[in-house]
Amino acid sequence: MLLASAKKLRSFGIIGMNQRNFGLISRYNPRHLYPLVDDKLKTKMLAQKAGITVPKLLGTVQYQHDVKLLKEILRPHAQFVIKPAKGSGGKGILVITEHDHNLYFKPSGDAIQLADIERHVSNILSGLHSLGGKPDKVMIESLIQLDPVFSDYSYEGIPDLRIIVLRGYPIMAMLRLTTHASDGKANLHQGAVGVGIDMGTGHALHAVQYGEPVLHHPDTRKTFSDLVIPHWDKLLQLAAACYEMTGLGYLGADIVLDRDQGPMIIELNARPGLSIQVANSAGLAPRVAVIEALKAIDPDLQLRTAFSKQQFATNAGIQPPRLLRTRSDDPKP
Amino acid sequence: MSAKLRLYILVVLIMGLGIGLILYKHFALGFPLSPDDKKSVWTIEAKIDFIARGDPIIVSFALPPQAPNVVFMEEDFASPGYGFSELASPAGRRAQWSKRSASGHQTAYYRLSMYETDQTIQLQTAANLPAEPEKPEFDGVLKTAAITLLDQVRSKSANTEIFTHELISTLNSNTPDQNQRLLLNDQSSEDYKTHLIINLLALEGISAHIVRGLYLNEGRRRQSLANFVEVYIGGQWLLFNQNSGESGKPKNFLIWQRGDQSLLDVIGGKNSKISFSIIKSTQSTRNLAVRDSISKQAGLVDFSIYSLPIEQQNAFKMILLLPIGALIVVIMRLLVGIRTSGTFMPILIALALIQTTLLTGIIIFLTVVGTGLLIRSYLSRLNLLFVARISAVIIVVIAIMASISIISNKLGLDQAMTVTFFPMIILSWTIERMSVLWEEDGPREVFIQGGGSLLTAVIAYLFMTNRTIEYLTFNFPELMLVNLALILILGQYTGYRLSELYRFHALERRNVTGKR
Repeated sequence: MLLASAKKLRSFGIIGMNQRNFGLISRYNPRHLYPLVDDKLKTKMLAQKAGITVPKLLGTVQYQHDVKLLKEILRPHAQFVIKPAKGSGGKGILVITEHDHNLYFKPSGDAIQLADIERHVSNILSGLHSLGGKPDKVMIESLIQLDPVFSDYSYEGIPDLRIIVLRGYPIMAMLRLTTHASDGKANLHQGAVGVGIDMGTGHALHAVQYGEPVLHHPDTRKTFSDLVIPHWDKLLQLAAACYEMTGLGYLGADIVLDRDQGPMIIELNARPGLSIQVANSAGLAPRVAVIEALKAIDPDLQLRTAFSKQQFATNAGIQPPRLLRTRSDDPKP
Repeated sequence: MSAKLRLYILVVLIMGLGIGLILYKHFALGFPLSPDDKKSVWTIEAKIDFIARGDPIIVSFALPPQAPNVVFMEEDFASPGYGFSELASPAGRRAQWSKRSASGHQTAYYRLSMYETDQTIQLQTAANLPAEPEKPEFDGVLKTAAITLLDQVRSKSANTEIFTHELISTLNSNTPDQNQRLLLNDQSSEDYKTHLIINLLALEGISAHIVRGLYLNEGRRRQSLANFVEVYIGGQWLLFNQNSGESGKPKNFLIWQRGDQSLLDVIGGKNSKISFSIIKSTQSTRNLAVRDSISKQAGLVDFSIYSLPIEQQNAFKMILLLPIGALIVVIMRLLVGIRTSGTFMPILIALALIQTTLLTGIIIFLTVVGTGLLIRSYLSRLNLLFVARISAVIIVVIAIMASISIISNKLGLDQAMTVTFFPMIILSWTIERMSVLWEEDGPREVFIQGGGSLLTAVIAYLFMTNRTIEYLTFNFPELMLVNLALILILGQYTGYRLSELYRFHALERRNVTGKR
């Protein structure tokens, strides 16, 4: 069968785009908070102020005429990442892993010249990758070092962990593994592998590529069954803290594990996608209902993550998915 | 609850207002709901001939009365050298031509264009009770014959209507008896017959008067008026055919004059003669309704697009189609889940397709975007700033469009010259976006989004070029309110999109087979 029945999807608690836009994003995310996460530079400042680890900022370029300063900025760094501050979906991210005189090497081994980087930066500044083509800023960050835990599960890139946080409670998590098909990007629709993660323990549950289940990484052939994410509690707390930091009630936190510095937030998303449901083979709706049923949000991060771990652990057995309450009939807080 | 309730109330109000206005326009102002609705417009020409004797001349001619289900579009009076005035009298309108002196053969014309509306009007109730008819004087023998006939008819009828019918058919019967032959013989004129019927009815105490009218038959010339009898029955005037006794107004019959006044008076002339000729033409009901509403100054039409100059009206014809396109885009995106490049780009393509026709338009679109993508891929190697590059793409697009026009002209392909209807800036943006999409997400995404846009545009095009939809949007701009209400409701739709049923189909399979 090519099409699923809407009734069954609803009984699994799958949330669709319309439901997400209407019931989650527009309800929990006040518009005026968007710039905090749409501009990664702002997110970074905010995170640093809140004491959350982020990749080190090596420099920024804000104006076209500063593009010629790029050479000076880049000189001391052998490895760096260039990204647009307002890019979305991993667009416009350039990773350089090696620097040799005038040649810069991408993870794939392709060599490019300074002029190419300058053009890339100037494109970003003109707003090529930003929403609506608005002028943008360029961030140059330190390169994240692949944690050995993932070395068997990634190809030419850094896997990242997406955790959905609702009203400060982490509710679902997915590991995104780069593949050859995804060109080293952790982007599911480009062919990255999504691995659903057990909220209770950090164990891998299911994995999908292009929406179809896979049992092992397509490039490294490593099976996912023994993949466990380290620092699980820390990761959950890091994600949960983003609620206090931004005020967004429904957000997706993208976290990477750095070999040397541990977990760090690389990006927050006010409109996280729905593929996480496919990777977890579970719907968001029952978990949303659990959180929405809470009378008050616990201010203590550890209690919140403990609640999530206990509620959403795979063998904890979530109550049979109930119909998603839309809560539009609840009084405004 | 309250926000949702408020929205639903709003939707119901908007929808109700829209539908209400449409119904009002349809039923009260006579706007048809289909563009093919046609009506017969009758042009009636009355020609008055007479011989003038050289004295001052006054020609007085009865004009047809206005009736609720008849619309007079145009009235013309022509007679060279005559002064003209239209007089209103209690007995009806009259036209009057006058001249100080004339001699020889004279002609006056009256021309009327009219059509009948569909409104079913109840029989008009008489404004006030007519006076008890005077008992007519019949000579001795006739009186006996009349009374015998009336007795005979009365015995066979239960009420006035049947009585009248019976009386008329008895008088017209093929096998007349003595009495009838005495009252009415073969040489009797129509007018005599009419007056006989009226007198007989008066003898019975029933009010009646003569009605003259014209049968509207296509292409007739030298027609004259037919006599009918209108009888007062139960507070209403009822029309009877004096030759058959049938009651009610026949189809395609125009009542010209009520009552006993003369149809035509000529003072200072002789041998006056009147003849009618009738021409039928077919016009769209919509045009007639607009015309009629404007002349009646119906507020809804007077303050509408129809009051604008034709050029602006044509512009609005197009603009009013946009909401239909928007509705299609909303449905395609929210219900079907098709991804388009640029939210409303498909509508603009659809608008261009309307000008170019479907197949030509799609071929041109693909050619321009395809060629543009090729050239754009070269531009991206030139290391240009973004704004300069998109400007360059605009120029490239214009060059492509010019080449298409010129080449197709040389080849004699006229259709391809419509390429200029495509919005250049939109095409340039499309090319730029697709090109970036290609570089970042690969050709697959380009085909998905490009195909989605084109599919949406084609569906929007099919709806926007539908004759009925085109007609309805322009003639019932109130439809926009209905459209708005639909879009408001769709804005509340939180169910799955069709594409999501596919996106999550693997999930369903796993949940069925797997544990949980």
